[in-house]
Amino acid sequence: MMDFATILQILDSAVRLMTPLLLACLAGLYSERAGVFDIGLEGKMLMAAFTAAAVAYATGSAWLGLLAGVAGSLSLSLIHGAASITFRGNQLISGVAINFLASGLTVLLGQKIFGLGGRTPPLEGPARFGEITLPFANALRDVPFIGPIYANVISGHTVLVYIAFLCVPLTWWVLFRTRFGLRLRAVGENPASVDTAGVSVTRLRFIAVAICGILCGLAGAYLATGLSAGFVKEMTAGRGFIALAALIFAKWRPWTALGATFLFGLLEAIANRYPNLDLGIITIPSIFMTALPYILTVIILAGFVGRAIPPRAGGEPYVKER
Amino acid sequence: MDKMPKWADVILTPLISLLLAMAISAIVILAIGESPWEALTTMIDGALGSSYGWGFTLYYATNFIFTGLAVSVAYHAGLFNIGGEGQAAMGGLGVALVLLYLPLPHWLLALPAAMVGAALFGALWALIPAYLQAKRGSHIVITTIMFNFIAAAVLNYVLVNLLRPVGSMDPASARFPESTHLPKLSDMALNFGIEWGKNTPANITFFVALAACLIVWLLIWRTRLGYEIRVLGKSEPGALYAGINPVKITVITMLISGGLAGLMAINNVMGEAERLLLNAVEGAGFIGIAVALMGRNHPVGVLLAALLFGFLYQGGGELALWTTIPRELIIVIQALVILFTGALDNMVRIPLERLFLAIRKPGRP
Repeated sequence: MMDFATILQILDSAVRLMTPLLLACLAGLYSERAGVFDIGLEGKMLMAAFTAAAVAYATGSAWLGLLAGVAGSLSLSLIHGAASITFRGNQLISGVAINFLASGLTVLLGQKIFGLGGRTPPLEGPARFGEITLPFANALRDVPFIGPIYANVISGHTVLVYIAFLCVPLTWWVLFRTRFGLRLRAVGENPASVDTAGVSVTRLRFIAVAICGILCGLAGAYLATGLSAGFVKEMTAGRGFIALAALIFAKWRPWTALGATFLFGLLEAIANRYPNLDLGIITIPSIFMTALPYILTVIILAGFVGRAIPPRAGGEPYVKER
Repeated sequence: MDKMPKWADVILTPLISLLLAMAISAIVILAIGESPWEALTTMIDGALGSSYGWGFTLYYATNFIFTGLAVSVAYHAGLFNIGGEGQAAMGGLGVALVLLYLPLPHWLLALPAAMVGAALFGALWALIPAYLQAKRGSHIVITTIMFNFIAAAVLNYVLVNLLRPVGSMDPASARFPESTHLPKLSDMALNFGIEWGKNTPANITFFVALAACLIVWLLIWRTRLGYEIRVLGKSEPGALYAGINPVKITVITMLISGGLAGLMAINNVMGEAERLLLNAVEGAGFIGIAVALMGRNHPVGVLLAALLFGFLYQGGGELALWTTIPRELIIVIQALVILFTGALDNMVRIPLERLFLAIRKPGRP
């Protein structure tokens, strides 16, 4: 039923589909490690997808679109920061509000600018990120086993895919090998100790929320100008929540985040390819594959398969002692 | 001593938050080149200007009363139930199973039976997140979000593969038997010789929702269980010290909350569609969050906020019909209400508290 070429196609598709999940997952990682819960990943991605597609269409440049995507996502991050850090509001409620804000504003603005019921016109040529063929991909294609994997799965993606993958070691290095990372993690576990050391909790948390915004911006821009050719209403389709699930699944660590998002990307790729997966004994409907990330996350959260413990100060606004 | 009089906390802060949300919405409307005044008059005219408009406004409000009460009951125990969407969807499945498979000769029998089905399925869908929160400390916000998606998948599977009548293409159940159709408010008015709200979906469930408000009020402020719920919400160590079992109260509260969200299905599935459709809830579960926040988790507040959102929903539909403003404007308003009344609460409250302190000071000896 499944030959080598099919497996390669599914893996290739999994890499494409996991990229927005990975970027959003790392985005959430920075924010939540600093003690700011973020269930607004979905909204930020959606906003970024829209602004990226709109600007890419207007300027014909995917790179300018990318910048706009980051700006769109950052503006929502700023609201989240103001609500949850400055005004010490409920971070979860702020996240819910941001998701709705993005969901409504993208259609409202899209309809106003393009009049296509919330879509942007399809993007072509340089308004999209093109596929990059890595060096020697074609030359090595004939090498048995490794060659096709290199040529079909690893090579031939847009630049944002490679950026996403590079973000994993980078995030690991920043979090666990720099002073900034140590402080960032400390502010998520015990903000009072960071404050005592004379480091501003507010500043650190705002930086973390901003990094989260930038990464969500990349994720959204990839959706609209890399994976698809333009913005469609509600195009994130719950990916922000799958990223959140992946973050819990990965227990707030960058390398495991890579694994978790790959698993969830693979599930989506398999569900796309086989609407009804026939395993001989039973047939698994694709809807089960779609729900599997959520089910797995609940199981992980329940602590039956290794416990997922969030950063201790997560969700708590920090009130400085007077 | 309180920094603010109670009326200011209960009425003034939500009102100012609402005005801020409306002001920003007006700016958004201006930004897309439309007139906020015209939008407002179109909405008022379309939602409240005729009994037809009222019929829809009350229908939507009924949905939001249930989901708003669901969020607020959980909130009193310090739980943020974001899973109303999934619980209401499962409530719909409960209603459909009762009405399709039990022979019910009259709506007077069908209504209580369907209510049991709706509340039971809604409550059961809240049970696992509740248990995991109480026993294993898994964050209920995350688990209820996950359960929303799982509910959507389950419903999709059930409608496409199990409940869909043979030969039908759309993912929906068969129509419920004629005998189980609920009386519409328009029919009831006609019995009194009044022509009101013809062809609108508002039905007898509205009165069930009003009763639910009363029962929730009694539960929270007049029963021992309600007291225990509120104690747990204020302080878990306090509850433990008072001999209250947090696990038990958490689970019971979430069962009530899920049951209330599930009861919404009486209105939209049994009262309006008269069959189970895919995505029947249409975001009402999430609007419950805005309604509960706006209504300060008090049944009277929830009722008023639900009416406001019912108005916004019907008015938004009219906007899309008569102007070039898409109905997604309502989602923006909803987001802003949640943002200002929920997350940016302190932005309004702290200046108000200062103001009241400043006013009061000169009067003190």
